[in-house]
Amino acid sequence: MPATAAALLAVLPLGYLAVRALERGPAYAWDVVADERTGELLLNSLGLTAVVVTACLLIGVSLAWLTVRTALPAARAWSVLVTLPLAVPSYVTAYAWLSAAPSLAGFTGSAIALTLVSFPYVYLPVAAALRGTDPGHEEVARSLGKGPFRTFLRVTLPQLRPAAAGGGLLVALYVLSDFGAVSLMRYDTFTRGIYTSYRASFDRTPAAALSAVLVLMTVLLVAAETRTRGRAGYARGGIGTARRAVPAALGRFKPLALTWCGAIVALAVAFPLATLGYWLAVGTSATWDPATLTTTALTTLGLAAAGAALTALLALPVGVIAARHRGRFAQLLEQAAYAGHAVPGITVALALVFLAVRYARPLYQETPLLVCAYAVLFLPVAVAATRAAVLQAPPVLDDVARSLGRTPLGVLREVTLPLAAPGVAAGAALTFVVCMKELPATLLLRPTGMDTLATRLWTETGTGSFAAAAPYAAALILLAAVPSYLLGRHRT
Amino acid sequence: MNELRVSGLVKAYGPEARVLDGLDLDVPGGALAAVLGPSGCGKTTLLRVIAGFLKADAGTVTVAGRLLGGPGVHLPPERRRIGIVPQEGALFPHLSVARNIAFGLTGLDRAAKRARVAEMLDLVGLPGYGDRMPHELSGGQQQRVALARALAPQPHLVLLDEPFSALDSGLRGAVRAEVRAVLRQSGATGLLVTHDQQEALSTADVVAVLREGRVAQCATPEELYHRPSDPWLASFVGDAVLVPGTAEKGVATTALGRIPLAVVPAGRREGLVLLRPEQLQLAQPGGPDAEGVVTDVRFFGHDALIAVSVDGLERPVDIRTPTPLSVTPGQRVGVRLTGEATLHPGA
Repeated sequence: MPATAAALLAVLPLGYLAVRALERGPAYAWDVVADERTGELLLNSLGLTAVVVTACLLIGVSLAWLTVRTALPAARAWSVLVTLPLAVPSYVTAYAWLSAAPSLAGFTGSAIALTLVSFPYVYLPVAAALRGTDPGHEEVARSLGKGPFRTFLRVTLPQLRPAAAGGGLLVALYVLSDFGAVSLMRYDTFTRGIYTSYRASFDRTPAAALSAVLVLMTVLLVAAETRTRGRAGYARGGIGTARRAVPAALGRFKPLALTWCGAIVALAVAFPLATLGYWLAVGTSATWDPATLTTTALTTLGLAAAGAALTALLALPVGVIAARHRGRFAQLLEQAAYAGHAVPGITVALALVFLAVRYARPLYQETPLLVCAYAVLFLPVAVAATRAAVLQAPPVLDDVARSLGRTPLGVLREVTLPLAAPGVAAGAALTFVVCMKELPATLLLRPTGMDTLATRLWTETGTGSFAAAAPYAAALILLAAVPSYLLGRHRT
Repeated sequence: MNELRVSGLVKAYGPEARVLDGLDLDVPGGALAAVLGPSGCGKTTLLRVIAGFLKADAGTVTVAGRLLGGPGVHLPPERRRIGIVPQEGALFPHLSVARNIAFGLTGLDRAAKRARVAEMLDLVGLPGYGDRMPHELSGGQQQRVALARALAPQPHLVLLDEPFSALDSGLRGAVRAEVRAVLRQSGATGLLVTHDQQEALSTADVVAVLREGRVAQCATPEELYHRPSDPWLASFVGDAVLVPGTAEKGVATTALGRIPLAVVPAGRREGLVLLRPEQLQLAQPGGPDAEGVVTDVRFFGHDALIAVSVDGLERPVDIRTPTPLSVTPGQRVGVRLTGEATLHPGA
């Protein structure tokens, strides 16, 4: 029952989006979709996606190979450094570049900012795949007369294809649903188009119709990702653990490799931090008010805590069922909970706005609705953590507890949940971090006059007040770093 | 007493996959029975049906005269009074040893619980270990705590699912003997599932061999080894020497010589005579015995298997002989028979 409720909460808004888009008849909705402007948005979104995905593949695969398979000096340190951009929200990177070079606004700035925050989505799976592949295949290729370069091309690269494709599709989803970077860079993609049309007119159909198209695009992408994964039959033959490959010597390419790694880390991590430091230094108390910063930080923490608590609570039954039961119902439930993952924040926010205005007017622009939006958006994060945590508790323990006189509910209370607790808590901490960084849904759903660090940063940057925005960006990064650090310690 | 009666058990996963196919099994109260079979023979399914985790399609399970499962009856696992000891122990990792053992003790006050836990720890030879956490114990100790946990609520029956397979071979024998002693002391009936013939023969009072969802033979280890019902069983529980022969008046005549039969068939019969390699002895050639040429020697340390190609037999026969060895390949030897054999129909 509670699991069904959680799944419904996740799917309901999207269903309502379709209802709303078709409200004034399919013909009208089609007129909006078939509009010239939609075509422009589509081209902009797809163009940006293509460029960012290509750049991320290039950066991610090359860094993965350098850090995992070559004798790169300090490879371990590099492998940690290149994942740091994951912790930086896209709008903070956009803010850094925009404040340093306002002329970058538009396609170039958006592409740079999004590439620098999302290449770890390619790096991580490809590095993992490189660690997992059997060097035996490469040794066989070498023994059959292929040189190192042709071996990489004909043997190693094909084995990395599923990992790279999966990572690339994650990047594509990220770019399509990103609102923060493109809106600050004033580049018209679907998400920015939806926001503008929602703000500009009382006619909600265009926003709903555009959202429906965006959702359709993301659904197609997710389907494509599932397909590539389904066909991946890349396993190590035979039994026994894979040996670590002997790192390839870089020789005279060593300076080049170091420059490449250094440049990426400098652009993605050092540059935003340095810019932030610069604006903090030039700013004075005249440009920003410490009291407002404190209130905003506390509001952000409160909202994120409420969002994380609700999300973890809803994720618990879904995660337990997903881990312990097989069957169509359990599968459906899990997929429904994951729906929010594929859907851009702005469309979820819009759907909740529509629902609230029509059926729960008192909730419109009130805190509970915003917290609900967080739950819908981040349910997948918490469900995945809960499911993994429950899977850690072997089912045989359930059997033993049953044989010792416990009912199924007693088993859940005394065995499964205590064992899953650390993982569930980690999931809640992760949800807390992503809630804190959330921008588009917060912009649409926050009560009038309420600001989070993210919305404040967005507003100040939007008016070019870079020094005023800096403390909010710094506070956001610092506050998000604490749970991230704790999470990192929990994993090791 | 705590006898286990399983009759006519059927369990199918789909029309083609009948995992249990009318299985009957009786284990007397207090005995330790081993269920032995190749992988996929239905051992685990049988165990899960008896414990109540699976519902059988037909048949009944009765323990200590109480019908636990049958037509229209399915007691949930928590009400069956059947303890389980899974592979690798499966102790609750978040509970101390004492709290693991006390897990099944409901309806007792604190002092009584503590006393029972202490008693169980003594029984399995781990007094004073109550405050340890499971990860602080060795594999063998974990297994003993798992047994104590299963026995604490005084179950009628304890199911042991390959409990020794995760232990290294040096430890396995000792833990096996200990588990056997503790079970006997507790009075509970034990059912040990294993795929290891040595383990079944050396640990259990009775051994039931499962084949294609039925009990192919249920007997004491000695009877099973020396009087298996068919050649498949003979080879499954140990090394077997099968030679064609003719039986008359309780004695079989083969190319290896004459040997008395354990079960005397009526009249004159032809068939396969089953012997164990240790019933064959090397002898000096040129005597009254059968003769052949040594083709291969496999050395195991405590003994060795000598393959001898005997005149008049298509394939070489194996002879188990104590070491040190006195023969080499190519040598001509005599072969003598001892003990009793069984006769099986077939070519």
